Amino acid sequence: MTTDELIIATCLKAGKIMVENGSEISRVDDTMMRIAQNAGVISANTYVTITGVMMSIQGRNATQIAAITQRTIDLEKVAQVNQLSREFAAQKIDLPTLQRRLNSLDQASRSFPLWLQLVGAALVSGPLMIMFRQETINTWPTVVIGTLGFLVYYLLNRYLKIKFLSELAAALFIGFGAEWALQIGWGTNVNDIIIGSLMPLVPGVPLTNAVRDTLAGNFISGPARGVEALLSAAALGFGIAVVITLA
Amino acid sequence: MAIIGQLILAYLAVLGFGLIINIPHQALNVAGWIGTITWGAYLIVQAFDGGVVLGSLIGSIGIGVLSSIAARDKKMPAIIFNIPSLVSFVPGSQAYQMVRNFALGQYRQAVSFMLQVIMITGAIALGFLLAELLNRLIAFGRLQWRRHQIKQS
Repeated sequence: MTTDELIIATCLKAGKIMVENGSEISRVDDTMMRIAQNAGVISANTYVTITGVMMSIQGRNATQIAAITQRTIDLEKVAQVNQLSREFAAQKIDLPTLQRRLNSLDQASRSFPLWLQLVGAALVSGPLMIMFRQETINTWPTVVIGTLGFLVYYLLNRYLKIKFLSELAAALFIGFGAEWALQIGWGTNVNDIIIGSLMPLVPGVPLTNAVRDTLAGNFISGPARGVEALLSAAALGFGIAVVITLA
Repeated sequence: MAIIGQLILAYLAVLGFGLIINIPHQALNVAGWIGTITWGAYLIVQAFDGGVVLGSLIGSIGIGVLSSIAARDKKMPAIIFNIPSLVSFVPGSQAYQMVRNFALGQYRQAVSFMLQVIMITGAIALGFLLAELLNRLIAFGRLQWRRHQIKQS
């Protein structure tokens, strides 16, 4: 591999990891350009969208494309790429080391285990229900159903790998769970339980990034992320609507 | 008492969302504090009858500015702080009422809730834009200050 090719491959790897794990586009662009500049290339071109990353060096015979087929949310990896880029800029690591570290970062698994994420889901659903509805009677049903709903989403998403279907199934589970809690006299208000339990599934990252990307002038990725957030919201809403119509 | 309870809940909710989207553990506490402070600002706006939309606008401006400061201080991307802190401002309750009323065929109420959702989401987006403006101003001010310092020495 020539130096040019290595530079482009490293930048693409960094960009790919960042887009796959939920970074906004302008930051990806910025990081790739920084790595290229610190590697001695001044006139690099990057083109980043949420489905693919391209890069070339002006006037040289090197261009590469990295396709992005699946996206998850793992902001720890975004922060790690950022950190590696800083270390490279400070000349603490050289280019081959950077590429090796990026590759091992790509293979690494999430730092928070599943049970901690379930604790997170419990912390999101219960407190937000109390904050939104100003009542505490339905706290425990909300916490339990919210946590189990997130577990349903997590397991389905892991094995089926279809995000919107997992969201739909989780919303159905939450809706029926809330109705069931009401029927056995555990909770008093279906609406409050459903509102709280749905909060861990809210598409916060796509929504925020849609706004940020659009405001930054990335008119391909911003609206595309908006569609992603809208589809997630529609899947959740449709699941709940089915339960409400049936109940 | 109720206000302190609300602030603690806001901290916990932000912490929980941070765990779900896997932000670095060094950032969890700071994100929680940003969420707590901005929710406090929201509650102050509510106490003066400012309404949900103005409260969300003030809150998201606060989130944008504080996240940028935290990002510079901790040397991490700003989205790590502003996505979890935003979770308490999501119009989840209104969005649910919108879906529910559409499903039950009560279109008048459904459209009213839909307008609320659009207005709150718009306020949050506008808040981010204004926060970006403030961040640029702060960065510009810092640059000028540093130049001034260098000139004097």
